Amino acid sequence: MVNYIHVSMGTGMVALGVMIQMRAGLVSFGQGLYFCVGGYAAGMTAKFLGISDLFVLLAIGVVAALILSAILGFLLRRYREIFYAMLTLAISMILFGLLSSTEELGSTDGFNLPTPTYLGWAPTGEVGRITLYILTCFIAIGCAIALNRFLKSPIGYVNEAIRENELRVEYLGTSAHKAVHITYMLAAVVSSIGGVLWSLVLGHVDPEMTNWTTSGQFVFVSILSGIGNVAAPLIGTFILEIVRVYAVEISPNTWQMILGSVMLLTIIFLPKGLWSLLTRKKKSKPQQTASAPAAGE
Amino acid sequence: MNKTMKKMSTLASAMLLTTAIGAAPSTAQEETFKVGVVSFLSGPAAGPFGIPARNAAELIIDAANAGTLPAPYNTAGIGGAQISTVVIDENSKQKNADFVKLVEKDGVDAIVGYASSGSCKAIAPEAEKLKTLTVFSICGTPQIFEEIVTEPQYLFRTLSHATMDNVAAARYVVETMGDVSTIGGINQNYAWGQDSWRDFSLSVASLKDSVTETETQFPKIFAGQYGSEISALLNAKPDVVHSSFWGGDLEALIIQGSGRGLFGRSQVVLTSSDTAIPRLGAQIPDGTIIGARGLNGPYAPETELAEWFQKAYFDRFGTEPVSPAYQMAQSILAIKAAADQSNSSDPEVIRGALAGLTFESMSGEVNMSLANGHQAITATAYGTYKFDAASGKGTVENVRTYSAGCVNPPANVGSVDWIKGGFEGAVCE
Repeated sequence: MVNYIHVSMGTGMVALGVMIQMRAGLVSFGQGLYFCVGGYAAGMTAKFLGISDLFVLLAIGVVAALILSAILGFLLRRYREIFYAMLTLAISMILFGLLSSTEELGSTDGFNLPTPTYLGWAPTGEVGRITLYILTCFIAIGCAIALNRFLKSPIGYVNEAIRENELRVEYLGTSAHKAVHITYMLAAVVSSIGGVLWSLVLGHVDPEMTNWTTSGQFVFVSILSGIGNVAAPLIGTFILEIVRVYAVEISPNTWQMILGSVMLLTIIFLPKGLWSLLTRKKKSKPQQTASAPAAGE
Repeated sequence: MNKTMKKMSTLASAMLLTTAIGAAPSTAQEETFKVGVVSFLSGPAAGPFGIPARNAAELIIDAANAGTLPAPYNTAGIGGAQISTVVIDENSKQKNADFVKLVEKDGVDAIVGYASSGSCKAIAPEAEKLKTLTVFSICGTPQIFEEIVTEPQYLFRTLSHATMDNVAAARYVVETMGDVSTIGGINQNYAWGQDSWRDFSLSVASLKDSVTETETQFPKIFAGQYGSEISALLNAKPDVVHSSFWGGDLEALIIQGSGRGLFGRSQVVLTSSDTAIPRLGAQIPDGTIIGARGLNGPYAPETELAEWFQKAYFDRFGTEPVSPAYQMAQSILAIKAAADQSNSSDPEVIRGALAGLTFESMSGEVNMSLANGHQAITATAYGTYKFDAASGKGTVENVRTYSAGCVNPPANVGSVDWIKGGFEGAVCE
């Protein structure tokens, strides 16, 4: 099970990235882009430069995502609603097409990553996996706490205002474009961290990471888990993963049907996501659950 | 909050209960050998590939448990132990996580399966890392043992790699067509397609140096539409068009290509196409060169084992077995052969016995002779398609069989080096 918690933390961080954009009313259908950029940046560094240090790989993944998102942000911050969703989707599919036809990077097969090392320490086998697991836990929780701070910061609140009434935000003298740009970059960074860690756990990257089906899954997790709290996407991906594992086990031929039914039922009965199960009882009180990320584990 | 806690604890106990139910059956029997079977159960590769493979796995494992397989496999179980199975879908985004789950949660003794080269490339290092006996049943790319796992301990592949198919195809083309001067190709843009085309074009060049390449197309896997690629090939008019398409892509190419006259203008060679025979029938143009990646399907030898397999498969599933079924059966027989020979159901003993083993399958003799005895070589055959309208069945004619030593590189020689060096050490009848 540790393996699935581990895997779902990687994808959970991407769902986190989707979720903070949703706070501003923006649905990114191409968050797989940064998931993939992180994974490939780490993979290519390992493959071509022979570096396997986790911290270097993480840094390179983050820098790659930062540069790309800073540039693309200038374009995307001008669009809202369906146009934002479609543009993010289009960009991620461009990368998908590029990677699928690049023979040096294994085309649709992708390529393998080495076992990571930690500042010169190179654990293997069980120790290596536990080390990576613990580090992933810390990084995921760290990201969740940092994003929680972000959502409670002025720009975080501006995001909610953008969702409600963007015109008024502009009249109040704040730049909605700037807030969206920053949010987009933050989402990119956290997604790329997720990408690097996920790739290192599995030891393999392929272009499927940036395919629209993968991106769609992240959006789905965010809807399923709700955007009420930063812990929600992390818990949501884990639950989805567990449901998938048991669905595959119970009916190997039609597991997608079970997964689909669970999703459908969640949407029908919990329109505000799984997180609303926890907040429903204290509706009268304003939500203040700053210490929530601990529940991610 | 209290109510929430109660809800959570109910949920937790429900989940625990599910785990308990899931775990219960495995403790019931005494000595069992648990096999994880991985095959495409959903997605575009399921119909033509994954389902026949899974069917074959069920058939062989049931027969092995009952002891009803023909000799020399007529002992019950594997090394005396009854076989239990866990079947999982290869069409999963979390292939590696599912593999780890088979090993750690389900506690399987061995894993057989995997059809896509992409899956195999991802799983190969994982199998070695987790020290689990893993037998790849299909997967074409030679990279598995030539680049990814160069010193295999736990990983085996009981099927020849793509080099065999393409060297044999090149030999067949050069031997049966007197006047080949240009070749073209349409292959999927990933390891399998790229390696297949490289091996084929190098082999043809090695056998007949006057041949030139005209048009090579590399569309994306599972693209489904090949209009522009077919136009390009029609324009270039090569004498031979080579394709390693498989599954649904193959069927799309046959339907679209034959409709536009590609098969009439060029001699088409399909290296992995016997799966289309029962599904497309008259739609495959007569004269197309058909490959089955070994002596499978229409090329199966007339042995007791092969005839038993064809009959049992047809009786149970109402259709002829195709190559993925043979290949899956071959990988399970490999484990059984090694286990029976060493009279043990211990995976550690089995993997020792399997390395370098020669055993009989429904596709003839299999020699585990490459990659320190971890990669098989087999004989293969090519023939041309002929649809028999009277019986409504497709057959092959002008069949030529190539022995394992003729179309596979010797141990310790890379595929490409072997072909470029003019097939040194090849023994052909």
